[in-house]
Amino acid sequence: MALKIVKGSIDRMFDKNLQDLVRGIRNHKEDEAKYISTCIDEIKQELKQDNIAVKANAVCKLTYLQMLGYDVSWAAFNIVEVMSSSKFTYKRIGYLAASQCFHESTDVIMLTTNQIRKDLSSPNQYDTGVALTGLSCFVTPDLARDLANDIMTLMSHTKPYIRKKAVLIMYKVFLKYPESLRPAFPRLKEKLEDPDPGVQSAAVNVICELARRNPKNYLSLAPLFFKLMTSSTNNWVLIKIIKLFGALTPLEPRLGKKLIEPLTNLIHRKIHIFSSHKMLCSQSHLIVSLSRIAVLISLSSGMPNHSASIQVMKYLGLLAMSKILKTHPKSVQSHKDLILQCLDDKDESIRLRALDLLYGMVSKKNLMEIVKKLMLHVDKAEGTTYRDELLTKIIDICSQSNYQYITNFEWYISILVELTRLEGTRHGHLIASQMLDVAIRVRAIRVFAVAQMATLLDNAHLLTGNMQRMGICEVLYAAAWICGEFSEHLENPMQTLEAMLRPKVATLPGHIQAVYVQNAAKLFATVLKNQEGNTDSTAAQETSQLMIDRLPLFVQSANLEVQERASCILQLVKYIQKLQQKDVEVAEEVCALFAGELNPVAPKAQKKVPVPEGLDLDAWINEPPSESESEDEQPKAIFAKEEPKHSRPRHTEVDEKELARRREARKQEQANNPFYIKASPSSQKAYQEAPGVEHIPVVQIDLSVPLKVPGLPMSDQYVKLEEERRQKERADKKKKEKKKRKEKRSGRGRKHDSGPESEEDITPAHMVDIVTEEMPENALPSDDDDKDPNDPHKVYDIQGNLQDGSQVVVSVIFENKCDSFLKSMEFNVLDSLNSKLQRPEGSGPHDGLTVPFQLPPGVSNEARFVFTVQSIVMPQKLKGTLTFIVKDSSTHEKLDFKLHFTCTSYLITTPCYSDAFAKLLESGDLKCSSVRLEGVIMPFHHLLARICFHHHFSVVERIDSCASMYSRSIQGHHVCLLVKTSGQTVSIDAKCDEPTLLGNVLDEIKQTFSQC
Amino acid sequence: MITFVLMVNRQGQTRLSRYYQPVELSRRAALEADVVRCCLSRKKDQCSFVEYKDFKLIYRQYAALYIVVGVTDSENELSVYELVHNFVEVLDKYFSRVSELDIMFNLDRVHILLDEMIQNGHIVETNKSRVLAPLTALDKMADS
Repeated sequence: MALKIVKGSIDRMFDKNLQDLVRGIRNHKEDEAKYISTCIDEIKQELKQDNIAVKANAVCKLTYLQMLGYDVSWAAFNIVEVMSSSKFTYKRIGYLAASQCFHESTDVIMLTTNQIRKDLSSPNQYDTGVALTGLSCFVTPDLARDLANDIMTLMSHTKPYIRKKAVLIMYKVFLKYPESLRPAFPRLKEKLEDPDPGVQSAAVNVICELARRNPKNYLSLAPLFFKLMTSSTNNWVLIKIIKLFGALTPLEPRLGKKLIEPLTNLIHRKIHIFSSHKMLCSQSHLIVSLSRIAVLISLSSGMPNHSASIQVMKYLGLLAMSKILKTHPKSVQSHKDLILQCLDDKDESIRLRALDLLYGMVSKKNLMEIVKKLMLHVDKAEGTTYRDELLTKIIDICSQSNYQYITNFEWYISILVELTRLEGTRHGHLIASQMLDVAIRVRAIRVFAVAQMATLLDNAHLLTGNMQRMGICEVLYAAAWICGEFSEHLENPMQTLEAMLRPKVATLPGHIQAVYVQNAAKLFATVLKNQEGNTDSTAAQETSQLMIDRLPLFVQSANLEVQERASCILQLVKYIQKLQQKDVEVAEEVCALFAGELNPVAPKAQKKVPVPEGLDLDAWINEPPSESESEDEQPKAIFAKEEPKHSRPRHTEVDEKELARRREARKQEQANNPFYIKASPSSQKAYQEAPGVEHIPVVQIDLSVPLKVPGLPMSDQYVKLEEERRQKERADKKKKEKKKRKEKRSGRGRKHDSGPESEEDITPAHMVDIVTEEMPENALPSDDDDKDPNDPHKVYDIQGNLQDGSQVVVSVIFENKCDSFLKSMEFNVLDSLNSKLQRPEGSGPHDGLTVPFQLPPGVSNEARFVFTVQSIVMPQKLKGTLTFIVKDSSTHEKLDFKLHFTCTSYLITTPCYSDAFAKLLESGDLKCSSVRLEGVIMPFHHLLARICFHHHFSVVERIDSCASMYSRSIQGHHVCLLVKTSGQTVSIDAKCDEPTLLGNVLDEIKQTFSQC
Repeated sequence: MITFVLMVNRQGQTRLSRYYQPVELSRRAALEADVVRCCLSRKKDQCSFVEYKDFKLIYRQYAALYIVVGVTDSENELSVYELVHNFVEVLDKYFSRVSELDIMFNLDRVHILLDEMIQNGHIVETNKSRVLAPLTALDKMADS
């Protein structure tokens, strides 16, 4: 035995330790892999020995090799052996190796449970410490469950070192074994006030991480954290606390106000903390800090030497700005110049951040300027990634919220065309889809767009020049389609046709060739039409000959679609040529092939197709063969004569219950089927037609810009033109205003802001009608479509996920009739089951809402309150109180009031066209009701006006003393009236899909007339 | 949170790696190479933050050695940036003028220091003397 030990230690002397290994690897630069494989063999030998010191040394070397990327999972069991050594020096090597190599699926972890438990309760604090540190790296749900109790006791260990580690590891335990959170939480909370700052910061860390997952449960800790924030001097801890508050403030708005002061203090002292606190809701301090950040950025950009730390500040400032932009876009916008400067920065990270900011900053006024700047950068940019990023950003910025900021589409088209000249971009497809979108939806631009696209087609060889630019040839797809579809606008269709049939086209990708062929046919039709108008018939024949000459090239194409289209069209042209030779006029008929306009289809169109009447989607088209059926139907019956019994409709045999059951099962199945298109959630059938073509208000186009631009356009000139136009417009406006002022002398003194032009002042250059997207017939009137397309940021969206059509806004006018100052007004309403006042998140159901203003004597002001209403068929009264403080007496006063929600107030004046109205009445879904009013002495049109005004109806049609009226409730009920008058009697026949609502509305109408 | 800490030299050799989120061994090499390429390609006067795929890299350069930290979006960039420096200061104090070789030959010790400062991917201790305390105690134990 003794000999063995001696032998072991002698062996050791010749073993390599970690240092030797590292040195060895460095000395074997040429054959590193070979050297390491011999080392691994040695390590394997060492691991086989009994001597724990040798094993530990081997494991230590393995840890190093693991870092270099070698798989050492085969030694997992040896690692566990070293972990369980009684000597700390070896134990920590074992734990280190375990923490580097073990993961949840390592199976030997199961063996460690008892060892770890022993180490946790070891009298040596470093044993415990190393076990805790190691455990945090490889804890599994099983380990967490088994050891949770041991760790919890360690949380109140006498040594702060252990306490700190135990608190930290608890976070990992909570994640793996959530049940442990509840019993451990009180102790964790205690640790927030631990005398040792290390333990304290550990507790802050853990709670901060937990709170970000579920902030609600940690609101009660806010005061404690508040105290910590004002007392702590550790920056890292402060950052954590502020982050935690960032998660809490949305739940408790009062917290935000309270935080302003300490935070502003902090920010003034330590600006860098700012970037961590996101979206705290108070504006004032944000602005303060924003201005500081701006100063910071400007400072750093003003410095001559761009040292790294200044760049760091710049980056962080921009990052913080992007966070503020989400809530307070205005305040960031004022730093536009600064951000644009950052675009010139040498550093890509900073440029990307600045680009992100731009998206939220554009307005009608500065769009052209910003894009112009970006285009400059596109030219300068090196490296395709950044250039591609710029390209997508430009398109994003321009097309955001339905091209909201574009005032001049010619400019946009020319920007797109300029972008096609980019080398090696991958985003040809994106540009193409933008071109198509604009050309289809903006009618006024088509002439210009077609001219541009024709030039593009003409110069196609520039785009397809080398293989690198293949991405961009997607643009030709758009160009060809636009030229074909809107060929009537082409200056020289013949030339374009030739351009499209060049042999070079055959090198383009298949799908583009297909479009080329199809659109060549469209162009051909247009050319024929033009040429037949002239007397010279040979020109037309030449055109046909050209087609016949060039098309065979495409007929040979390998692409099936190209081939098919080409051969179709070739045959067609041959036929046409035959007719032409007989002097038959064909142009008319050829054009008819491509007649009709393709309108854009709204993305939600499919969803809005109503289910036609009488179609029950739940009914079987063919009854499925039931079990019993197959039994009584013998195979030979196929040949036998059908017995009359079989022809009887089978479904009569199935009873109601069975049907219901099947329907249920089917619904279940549909719900689980991702491909099934679900019915629209609203059960309302809608009959109001989306406005047909003749109802689309087409605005007169006022072109103040010359449309013809020779050659390729330069977007720059538009910027200049736009500037001139705006100036002219401004001058015009001023003149007009002067006139107005003269006329309106007697009126109230109006203040005109002749300073910097505001957003609204800018009118689009050509009033472009963005063609409404086509909706299917009988589509549901869209009220769940985009809520507010003007919103630059979603943050403004109405909060909460209320059902559409269940919100009522009540605007209350407060007038102070006494002669003392009123303040601290609180508006409160006793909620009923059906209607509830919307209160900010976090306040109780009986809290009042503060009226956001004070009232000096004799002044009135308006405040708005939002109510949620479940059912709108019945009128309701809500009781409420207004409490306020009279300033002089400083007493609380109370004023009771009642809010009357009439059914009428749920109706919205909605125009309805007579055809849709007729359809609606025909549908037979509506319940009928009528009412007679006696002794009404007023002209008929007054009577109608009264109904329109008081009850929110609109007149659909009026014939003599008879009128039809329509209105719609906020929940989509249709209300139709037929009002007839004869002498002093007025009879109203009404139809509505909700009889109770109708009855109540009629009652209210009756009341209106009884009052007069 | 912090997803990994890397120490690499100018030649792209890894000197220390610590992952706080499991990454497969086979993918580590590729990730490390990619990350290093990202950082090495940047000039001295550029800022220390790089956006890389779905996380951010924060790096600092000390002589030929780069310390690169990968963080998720929710982490405060500046606090990590300062932590890296703090870590280097700790190493400096322990090894008295730390060099790349110190780190290579004392990998286990560097790991102990790092574990004191970062746990579960969160910054837990920044006080230099408290970070060093366990390691010095350990050295004393080994000496005796």
